Amino acid sequence: MMSNLDSQEVVSKEIADLHAGAEGETQPRLDFAPYRSSLLRHPTKDLRHADPEGAELVAPVFGHSDIDPVEADLTIQAGGEPIGERIVVRGRVLDGDGRPVRGQLVEIWQANAAGRYIHKGDQHPAPIDRHFTGVGRCLTGDDGSYAFTTIKPGPYPWRNHHNAWRPAHIHFSLFGTEFTQRMITQMYFPGDPLFALDPIYQAITDQKARDRLVATYDHDLSEHEWLLGYRWDIVLTGTHGTWMEADDA
Amino acid sequence: MPDLVATPGQTIGPFFHYALPFDRDRELVPPGRPDAVRLHGTVYDGAGKPIPDALLEIRQADATGQVPAVEGSLRRDGTVFTGWGRCAVDSVGRYSFTTVVPGPSSPGGAAFYAVTVFARGLLNRLFTRAYIPGDADALEADPLLAGLDPEARDGLVAVREEDGSLRFDVHLQGGRETVFLAFPRHA
Ligand SMILES: [Fe+3]
Repeated sequence: MMSNLDSQEVVSKEIADLHAGAEGETQPRLDFAPYRSSLLRHPTKDLRHADPEGAELVAPVFGHSDIDPVEADLTIQAGGEPIGERIVVRGRVLDGDGRPVRGQLVEIWQANAAGRYIHKGDQHPAPIDRHFTGVGRCLTGDDGSYAFTTIKPGPYPWRNHHNAWRPAHIHFSLFGTEFTQRMITQMYFPGDPLFALDPIYQAITDQKARDRLVATYDHDLSEHEWLLGYRWDIVLTGTHGTWMEADDA
Repeated sequence: MPDLVATPGQTIGPFFHYALPFDRDRELVPPGRPDAVRLHGTVYDGAGKPIPDALLEIRQADATGQVPAVEGSLRRDGTVFTGWGRCAVDSVGRYSFTTVVPGPSSPGGAAFYAVTVFARGLLNRLFTRAYIPGDADALEADPLLAGLDPEARDGLVAVREEDGSLRFDVHLQGGRETVFLAFPRHA
């Protein structure tokens, strides 16, 4: 079928051009045209600087009444063993001062091993795994640690451009101790050949910053005859309590 | 200690609907409560078209200005006010929370809902505020609003509808683009 979508070559050239003028940015650009869906969905005006107050300084609180510990194991939720490479993803959630974020909610969602989501909008003709929902939640421990047992997700195609494929990833939703630290991101797997081609990953123009989204294979986390281990730490933005006291001093 | 560099954000993508929404996620208080108010609106793109795959969260004080720090949001029992809610927009970009009107965090201050916006096509979350209309003096004195031109300012103040609800539309781009916020240490 003929396609009116741009080629990978066109998109990769756009990415290279945007990277050429960039240096040291730590967050994705909101205005990143190679990701076509961002064209009409990015603010054109600069973000307005505001001092946080009231509810912005207090994150919502979650506890053991909110989630069940089994929600951290995505391989036991649907009455049977899902297909794929069983993995554990473990790491810590830290704030911008390196302090662990304790007892806070971490949510994940992902495609199955074949690259298919349990979502009515996912039309990728890859099999649904009736033993895998791809949704997990947990609370961080006192040291900020989280852990999910899951299946390594597969890459999947999308319609950004011709023959566009997302690198394998797990979506992560995170809270800090302040609402200003709220964030959603994606964790990737080391050595993925699709990194260079993906406009969502490449919307972070700095290689060092992009690397922060890639988990590390950790053989010490792997378990004999059971699963492979990945480690990924998450750093949120800094809090403001101390900052504002310092400002007053 | 030097600041750690924050992990980059990424778009929420198109497939969050089976993961993030939960039962009564948008009901910070039960709809029947006498002081319940509906905070609702539509999320638009730069062409003025509703966005069908956005997700909003609000964080707020109670009517007295206290910000609750209690569990119970994910399994709401209808008695605990946690001050946080989540709502995925519908197929025509509309969201709706049932909640209470927050009080100001300091006496004479302007009260607002803290709002976070996520969407497919939006590469990182956005923060904004939905201010409560009515207290003209408080709104006038608010440091954020005072620095904005009138049109941008009006976009941050919710509109009291005839049915008593509060409407707050979000425009990601365009002539009526919402003012989005960066907080210190967001660098
Ligand atoms: Fe995805």
